Amino acid sequence: MPVPSPSPSGPAGGTRRRRPGPRTWLAALPLLVFTGLCFGLPVGALLYGAVTGTDRATGATALTGEHLQRSLQGPYLGSLVGSVQLSALTAVIGSVAGVLIAQAIVTSRRTWLRSAALTASGVLANFGGVPLAFAFIATAGISGVVTQLADLGSLGWNLYSFTGLAVVYLYFLTPLMVLVIIPALDGLRPQWREAAQNTGATGWQFWRMVGLPVLAPSLLGGFVLLFGSAFAAHATAAALVGGSVPLVTLKIADALSGNVLVGQENVALALSLDMIVIAGLVMAVYLPLQRRSARWLR
Amino acid sequence: MFRPTRLGAAALLGAAALTTLTACGAAPDGEATGGKVKANASASAADFGGMKALVAAAEKEGKLNVIALPPDWANYGELIKAFEAKYKIKVSSENPDASSADEIAAVKARKGQKRAPDVMDLGIAFARSGAAEGLFAPYKVESWSRIPDAQKDADGRWYNDYGGYVSIGCDAKRIKNCPQTFADLLKPEYKGKVALNGNPTKSGSAFGGVYAAALANKGTFADIQPGIDFFAELKKSGNFIPVESTPATVEKGETPISIDWDYLNAGYADQFRGKGVDWKVSVPGDGVYAQYYSQAINKEAPNPAAARLWMEFLYSAEGQNLWLKGYARPVLLPVMTTDGTADKGSVAKLPKVEGTPAFPSSAELDKAKAALAENWDKALS
Repeated sequence: MPVPSPSPSGPAGGTRRRRPGPRTWLAALPLLVFTGLCFGLPVGALLYGAVTGTDRATGATALTGEHLQRSLQGPYLGSLVGSVQLSALTAVIGSVAGVLIAQAIVTSRRTWLRSAALTASGVLANFGGVPLAFAFIATAGISGVVTQLADLGSLGWNLYSFTGLAVVYLYFLTPLMVLVIIPALDGLRPQWREAAQNTGATGWQFWRMVGLPVLAPSLLGGFVLLFGSAFAAHATAAALVGGSVPLVTLKIADALSGNVLVGQENVALALSLDMIVIAGLVMAVYLPLQRRSARWLR
Repeated sequence: MFRPTRLGAAALLGAAALTTLTACGAAPDGEATGGKVKANASASAADFGGMKALVAAAEKEGKLNVIALPPDWANYGELIKAFEAKYKIKVSSENPDASSADEIAAVKARKGQKRAPDVMDLGIAFARSGAAEGLFAPYKVESWSRIPDAQKDADGRWYNDYGGYVSIGCDAKRIKNCPQTFADLLKPEYKGKVALNGNPTKSGSAFGGVYAAALANKGTFADIQPGIDFFAELKKSGNFIPVESTPATVEKGETPISIDWDYLNAGYADQFRGKGVDWKVSVPGDGVYAQYYSQAINKEAPNPAAARLWMEFLYSAEGQNLWLKGYARPVLLPVMTTDGTADKGSVAKLPKVEGTPAFPSSAELDKAKAALAENWDKALS
């Protein structure tokens, strides 16, 4: 609860907020400049490139919807769909697995387990790119150590597929979920559980009616973060599956810095714009829900 | 949070920001040379007043910016060292693993800057489109007349430098019978063994692999579809693995059969001889496809004389033989074989090829690329 301030003026609800000083925005200026330069500028350039086209012969630039249209057709559309599918699937599995692991860590009485698990999660959540891809190639590729020992090949295991890529993504997504959900799980007061038990609730009822609703915003936030990480991942997929699992980041790389397709730069920018829109849509679902129930976890 | 998986995106954003921010450091105009014209307008060594004057002008600049020249690709490492040793010019090599699209982007983004690349080594499609956009300076090297007409721009804005054939590399320690043709690759014994060097919608060598497979399966230069179908079948049979073959995957044995340029595969053979990999190279007889890269000079090269001297060096017998030493086939190889200036030892080590190469026209190449971009994903997933 907010502590009522002794200030005689102003309604009680507004007392927590300090009256803005005349030049407080100055303190935020470096941040604003940084954001404007490092985020706004590229986004502006991206937007401009996505909706304009330059004629190669004359060098004249004109407004056009052609690139956006092309980015939503054929293989480009397929790559957007493929990326959303892969990201959604891995984010769901990663969230569930991450929460279960985090709950096990939180309820464990051993502090060394907790610190070891958190450290490992911190390292693994940042392990990605080509090194991760090669680690998997060496262990679970066709001639990988584990594949050979456990004869995974005869069981139908194939690292270079949608499934294989999902497993690799989960390798860094699950620890990421553990990291972001542990503080929320810590915030679940034991008193709530005791209160529920005292009124005769079963464990399941506690989770269904108290635990999960309170955790919902954090879970959703974790899911959004995982979705974003998987959606933006590029190097791992590029090294692992090349063009055989259609992903939008790979398509952007093909169009932007390839040796084969000429003059596709603007389509790449249009694809990036599509990605921003999709990420924006996901955020749009998350933010209102988060605001609704975040107050429980103060 | 920056994790390596996002590094690509971050680098792109950063690059976009940087190109906008670094509009400073203007390059000096090409200084007057001993000859009649400025260095950046000269179209041959004669414009400088001969090779000697060109060397003097280039050494006065003392610098050369190159981009996208990997030292382990077609012997570029030695070429750069030889050039630096022969002339008093320091070569600064930027982003060796860049692609042709990156090179064109660097030329455009750093117009008028000292750090702009002076010379480029481009895929043929990028050489043609760059010339159409007016990015290159026309310049004819002394051996200009010896370059076949089909391999150069009539105005001298670009000309082919070196190339090779699509080949099948094979680790003979792991594979009992190395495949010799594309048809062989479909045999069940190669299950989970066949890889391409990258994604054909991005990598030039992988694209060449699909093109060659098309030729091996009744396709033509205008019709690459049979090649796409071939890889779809290869994928269906489980023989094809989509992992991008690199020296690391070759050494590890994960890509025991790799379709790649013959000069790269032959280079791997040398590289891995002492490491338990017996890498054999064959140019498949049923799908013979050769492709050459092209050289071009940046129209606004910050070191225009050095750029032109570099070109003279590359197309001299010395430069051509250095490419040859890296198993690449320099564009002057046929005439040099005739007049005896080609290094015989290097020629003998080249993978054997039957027949003469043919090259697709610009329109055919565009058509094939459009078909590939449209149908590759569908066929492979």
